[in-house]
Amino acid sequence: MSKIAEGLLYSESHEWVKVEGNIAVIGVSDFAQAEMGDITYVDMPDEGDDVEKGEDFGALESVKASSELYSPVSGKVVEVNSELEDAPELINEDAYAAWIIKVEMSDAAELDELMDAKAYAQIAK
Amino acid sequence: MKYYDKLIFELSKPGRAAFTLPDNGCPAAALPADLMRAEPAILPEVTEVDVARHYTALSQMNFGVDTGFYPLGSCTMKYNPKINEEIAAMPAFQGLHPLQPAETVQGALEVYYEMDKALATITGMKRFTLNPCAGAHGELTGLMVIRSYHLSRGDFARTKIIVPDSAHGTNPASAAVCGLEIVEVKSGANGLVDVESLKPLLGPDIAGIMMTNPNTLGLFEKDIREIAELVHGCGGLLYYDGANMNPLLGMVRPGDMGFDVMHINLHKTFSTPHGGGGPGSGPVGVCEKLVDFLPTPRVEKQADGKFTVVRSVAGAAGQVSAFMGNFGVILRAYAYILMLGKQGIKLAGKYATLAANYIKESLKDAYKLPIPSVCKHEFVYDGLIDDGSATGKPGATTLDVAKRLLDYGYHAPTIYFPLLFHQALMIEPTETESKETLDEFIEVMHKIAKEAAEDPDILHGAPHLAPISRPDETAAARNPILKFE
Repeated sequence: MSKIAEGLLYSESHEWVKVEGNIAVIGVSDFAQAEMGDITYVDMPDEGDDVEKGEDFGALESVKASSELYSPVSGKVVEVNSELEDAPELINEDAYAAWIIKVEMSDAAELDELMDAKAYAQIAK
Repeated sequence: MKYYDKLIFELSKPGRAAFTLPDNGCPAAALPADLMRAEPAILPEVTEVDVARHYTALSQMNFGVDTGFYPLGSCTMKYNPKINEEIAAMPAFQGLHPLQPAETVQGALEVYYEMDKALATITGMKRFTLNPCAGAHGELTGLMVIRSYHLSRGDFARTKIIVPDSAHGTNPASAAVCGLEIVEVKSGANGLVDVESLKPLLGPDIAGIMMTNPNTLGLFEKDIREIAELVHGCGGLLYYDGANMNPLLGMVRPGDMGFDVMHINLHKTFSTPHGGGGPGSGPVGVCEKLVDFLPTPRVEKQADGKFTVVRSVAGAAGQVSAFMGNFGVILRAYAYILMLGKQGIKLAGKYATLAANYIKESLKDAYKLPIPSVCKHEFVYDGLIDDGSATGKPGATTLDVAKRLLDYGYHAPTIYFPLLFHQALMIEPTETESKETLDEFIEVMHKIAKEAAEDPDILHGAPHLAPISRPDETAAARNPILKFE
């Protein structure tokens, strides 16, 4: 049974968002990392890139599969987690600590379309 | 199997060589300093017998369709008849050079020309190019044809291509390389493209749809006629991924289903060697209105019966490979088509379908069958019905089943694809195998299911009999060591 952290917002494509003011911290859920298996590479955007809600901003690769990452919000990438370049396994170890990108949101109303932990629990199984 | 894991470099001893040259009495002339290497090249120094034994030992550790059953779903690993090799080894073909003048290679050009016609007849397309060197290369070529067609009509808005969620991963990849934006259409619960989900995606920005039929679940897309009408209705074209053409051979033609462009994998459907990275061949066929956009060079037949190579055609998609594709592969596939003939080709598809359904029905008491309908050339199980977790140990997964099959001398089937199921195990026996071989495989799969139910640890530790058991794939991907020493 995968963990679902309370207090985060979730997308149908298994990304989580932690809202810090106007910044959306984005990662993937524990369910997603468990489905992927051992992650071997995280393809991330550059700082300053624009991302659009629902569009892919990178990808996770594991021995089993490669899976795109879809941005749950639109905006500008202000920081990427460079630790993941050398240590993609951090996502397997704790998917909610290993954030992938931070996005300065251009439309915070987009957050309303995401799910809370309870709603996400219905699809993450 | 005798275990052998040496690298050729480990056999190296200074001064050893596979040749001796007599002393010619001439003094050595020094090369200009700027042409000399700074360091000597690192090359193995070995005798001829070292080389022969080394590579023979490695080849004996190989598994191929010549050594055993190879039920790899999604890939049509059929037997490669030896007559293909005999034809391809004929000196008149082997000695050809791609830059020879056309009048000196009339026989080879005739093979191109006749192969084009044979493929057109089998698929219901108007014309083929044999130049693409692989399936995905064919996809890219076909998409370039589609794009050239739209652009030639001044229709610049068609930048999107629809790809079903069950598609081979190469489809969206080829479309992205071609500069198209990918729009995914979902499958319904029956595993087929859902027409109602498709409708809202259609519009003036759609270049076309890429479909595989039968799809990657081995199911025939029954609504293909309606899908073709809808896509054509919005001005888009239909692309047929021919990876799964095998069961349709001689029975149904993509052209008759409404497809405008397709590729076909000679290294799957037409029995040329497959695996180990090729060489492959992915000819692309088109309907009449797209013929002008096919890439060059093309082989044409003149009024006097002579064959000529047309190097450039205005509006064509251009040159997609060096010279004209992998001729040796095309030749083998042509030999296969002529060997089977019209009647034989029909039987290939029928037997492939029968073999797949026979295994599917025989094992559904032990493996979950998510889609129970009649399949074509392949089908997908979704893991074991009893994975042994009732014993208190962790249950056996599809990976464990695949690893255990190695102990019984089979190549593992495709696993964890398609992504629609979590424990996908995909089997495609092809028409190659006799009923006896299929029965032996079914018996082994039942045995493995029983082992899993009674003691899943037998599977967790598999393979027990292979030279190495389970390499650490994760460590290899995270920290690859790419060179010797």
